[in-house]
Amino acid sequence: MDVLMSFLNSMPGAFGQGLAWGIMAIGVYITYRVLDVADLTVDGSLATGGAVCALCIGLGIHPVVSMLLAVLAGMLAGFVTGFFHTVCGIPAILAGILTQLALYSINLRVMAIGSGDKTKATLALSVGKHDLLVSSRYIRDLTVENPLILLAILVAVVIGVLYWFFGTELGSSLRATGANQAMARAQGINTSWNKVLGLVISNGLVALSGGLLAQYQGSATVDMGRGAIVIGLAAVIIGEVLLGKVFHNFALKLLASVIGAIIYYIVITLVLRLGLESTDLKLLTALVVAVFLTIPYWKEKYFRKKGKALPETAGKGGN
Amino acid sequence: MLELKHIYKTFNAGTVNEKRALNDLCLNMNEGDFVTVIGGNGAGKSTMLNIVSGALPVDQGTITIDGQNVTGLPEYRRAKFIGRVFQDPMMGTAATMQIEENLALAARRGKRRSLLPGITRGEREEYRELLKMLDLGLEDRLTTKVGLLSGGQRQALTLLMATLRKPKLLLLDEHTAALDPKTAAKVLDATEKIVSQDRLTTLMITHNMRDAIAHGNRLIMMYDGHIVLDITGEEKKKLTVEDLLARFSLASGSDEADDKLLLS
Repeated sequence: MDVLMSFLNSMPGAFGQGLAWGIMAIGVYITYRVLDVADLTVDGSLATGGAVCALCIGLGIHPVVSMLLAVLAGMLAGFVTGFFHTVCGIPAILAGILTQLALYSINLRVMAIGSGDKTKATLALSVGKHDLLVSSRYIRDLTVENPLILLAILVAVVIGVLYWFFGTELGSSLRATGANQAMARAQGINTSWNKVLGLVISNGLVALSGGLLAQYQGSATVDMGRGAIVIGLAAVIIGEVLLGKVFHNFALKLLASVIGAIIYYIVITLVLRLGLESTDLKLLTALVVAVFLTIPYWKEKYFRKKGKALPETAGKGGN
Repeated sequence: MLELKHIYKTFNAGTVNEKRALNDLCLNMNEGDFVTVIGGNGAGKSTMLNIVSGALPVDQGTITIDGQNVTGLPEYRRAKFIGRVFQDPMMGTAATMQIEENLALAARRGKRRSLLPGITRGEREEYRELLKMLDLGLEDRLTTKVGLLSGGQRQALTLLMATLRKPKLLLLDEHTAALDPKTAAKVLDATEKIVSQDRLTTLMITHNMRDAIAHGNRLIMMYDGHIVLDITGEEKKKLTVEDLLARFSLASGSDEADDKLLLS
């Protein structure tokens, strides 16, 4: 009974975390599903977003401006990965890992700006001292200060803007790039530039999420993005497995990723209440993602209806 | 319209797998020419199309389209002049996008992609009419995902996309080879109709000698990376499969049964 009560009690927190991470999940959806690129930059760009946002707020810059700067920093990170991938010809996964690694050093430096230290691994934000847009302190309050309100609005705005963008000529060409590169180029689409653009947008969103999380938790740390890509993938995949059959509209698909992130945090909260340590979470997350990635594959492989051929992915090129 | 000057292309140069795919290839096509291309496996047919489209760079030589040297232009920029249909029906369309979205992408070939809507209401009507012409029942399925269509339907759609904005050059790479005979005939009919209607300058590779003879105003045969036979005008109209086989043996200096099999 106590377990249940404390679980229910922590539900608002799970929702808050889920919404903030949900924006990152949308960013992951754009690279992983729309562009068909596995981008590992996010572990770094999430922390970059948190670091830049916390630094700017600490320096007395308005939190909205601070978050915009965080988004710009994330976009820059995405651009670097895109540059490595398209101009330098480095495979996308490796390009992301390189940027992510480089960002670790950069984030430590960024957080030390103005403090007199050379590097810094943590920047604390306190709702009493700083002007914050969202804070977990008010998560149970029934006032406009409750972070759930702003987070929900932000998620809605992000989904709305992306829905509009991916319906434009440019956005459509981005989807075509992810769907079929040969076709995209044959239709005059610069697939390299589109991949860079997709990575820029995605990492901008990831950094926005990082900036929100730093305020929500009351600190930015250099480690806050560790394993973020796996959480993002977990959210995307949970959303698809549970809602893929009913959500066909693009905006709803993005929403499914956010719902996936919320469900992920509800499950995590439950597991923590059952007595696991928070350090066990990474193991748990990895297992959750592995299981959810396995389900569709095995379904296809072992439970396929007889007589229904696998869709051909590539044909034979002739001479 | 298209001019290929002394094109050389070698794959895996300097290794045991070295393969000279194009060997001093020269071709000059006039505006409105419909050229059919035949030749055995490894003759360089697909490589020729791929260097024209920019999917592959050349080692040597120049490619000119409508007076403009495009040898150094990347594939996506050459697309402004070129419409393409591939051999693989999966390759020419985006499976996860709708029929109308695919067409809308093709309608913007060679234009800057802006933040205007990716498709307008007027376009939908236009696409409906064009799809009607294909006679495949696609006109009522504008919002169907292309991945749900059959190979033949996808190939017909690709053809429509390739010609939606009249290209200076249409490249068809055995675009009916992967289809069943009935569907292949239908797609070929549509091809003939569109090419003659818009007087498109067309380069069509085929494995089928009868098709090569029946279509187009000019027939070229490739062997060992260049053109060994070039038949036009009245001569082409009177051509038979037997003629072609005989002339091929003569031109290539080989009468191996293999080659005949591959060609028939």
